[in-house]
Amino acid sequence: MLKEKKKKQQSLHKRDSEYAVANKQLEKLSNGIFASGELPTFSEKIKETGQFPLRPNKLEILQINVGYMCNQVCEHCHVDAGPDRKEIMTRKTMMQCLDVIRNTGAHTLDLTGGAPEMNPDFRWFVDEASKAGIKDFIVRSNLTIIRANKKYYDLPDFFKSHNVHVVSSMPHWTRGKTDKQRGEGVFDLSIRALQELNAVGYGMPDSDLRLDLVYNPSGAYLPGDQASMEKDFKKALLEDFGIRFHNLFAITNLPVARFLDYLIASENYEDYMYQLVEAYNPAAVKNVMCRNTISISWDGYLYDCDFNQMLELKVASKIQHISEYNEDILNDRNIIISQHCYGCTAGAGSSCQGSVTE
Amino acid sequence: MAANNYYDPADLRKFGNITEWSKELGEKFFDYYGKVFEEGALTAREKALIALAVAHTEQCPYCIDAYTKDSLQRGVTKEEMMEAIHVGAAIKSGATLAHGVMMMNKVNKLEM
Repeated sequence: MLKEKKKKQQSLHKRDSEYAVANKQLEKLSNGIFASGELPTFSEKIKETGQFPLRPNKLEILQINVGYMCNQVCEHCHVDAGPDRKEIMTRKTMMQCLDVIRNTGAHTLDLTGGAPEMNPDFRWFVDEASKAGIKDFIVRSNLTIIRANKKYYDLPDFFKSHNVHVVSSMPHWTRGKTDKQRGEGVFDLSIRALQELNAVGYGMPDSDLRLDLVYNPSGAYLPGDQASMEKDFKKALLEDFGIRFHNLFAITNLPVARFLDYLIASENYEDYMYQLVEAYNPAAVKNVMCRNTISISWDGYLYDCDFNQMLELKVASKIQHISEYNEDILNDRNIIISQHCYGCTAGAGSSCQGSVTE
Repeated sequence: MAANNYYDPADLRKFGNITEWSKELGEKFFDYYGKVFEEGALTAREKALIALAVAHTEQCPYCIDAYTKDSLQRGVTKEEMMEAIHVGAAIKSGATLAHGVMMMNKVNKLEM
């Protein structure tokens, strides 16, 4: 039991797990029910509606992953992030990103990780990036980092001073469900962090300081309707803790890294893939996030999305690194797809900004 | 039907196939079914909990499978789910016991 618990506090990489290897994940996603024809592959499915090959629309979002290090080891994490991950973006790569941020046509900059705040150059990078005049500057904060160590206590003020849009994960409004997915004690720390963000003005009804929450199901099922979930979250968090926030993004867990490992170990993999395929919504393909996003990894490589980054599927373009970035050439590419993509087209669709259809 | 079992979890996915052998009635049923579970005077979440309780009193494995998952999707907690089942169980046992009055009436009529 203790051994199990310790294992859960480590990334798949640290555990030398089979599914720490991107190729193994891709093999799993292409074999079995998809190779036998029991379920259609994603490319076969989008061919039905003439949406293959998937091509980018106008670039709107630059998503930069500044490192896989995190203070949490969430069971569903597609990044396989954790305290034992050492991949961290250097200041040199950040400078290359800044050149791109200053010249991009994208209106949104989205910093993610790991816990982006754990990158030693995080504050410098935010300082510099916020001067570039990007319309929407998002930092994906796991909340507990704000209470993890004294040096992070002032993060709410820091975010405020740079008018950062904070997007934070919160799997449920109850302690039990949250801690099961994200680790013991996470719920109480998250509540405290949300209260502190509220205290400086984040998430208040008429405030420009945007605070949105991300909901991922804590298990092998799809998220419910985003609007209903938002109503339930708002009511419970306000009644129980006096917490306010703006929007809730309901995000589907994609079968990548730790969530894939969990699906296989719990014998839910096939059922989950069936659910995703059955919930396939061609309308969601139209607005799927890889069509308006470029994902940049800690070492400066370019991907269609954060999931493809974890599967080590670099963009199918002659431009593959931030050092040679060229938006026009990059936008003229086919998006790389596999069966994990069903996660973004199920039901109302799913993206880092939540549902993609009305 | 699976070779050795009356029930096969994979059959739940084939529920929609009932329309193949009676298109009009099947489609009418699924239209009705879909409509029933839409948000109305009751929320979809409340309806999921009612369905879960009834699934247990009907002892339908397919429905238990489907509405447990549906409840989780709607953020219903384990405690809420178990309480809903107790409501079903209470009505089921209450209904049995309330019929005891019928037995008592009959005894009183027949006995001298």
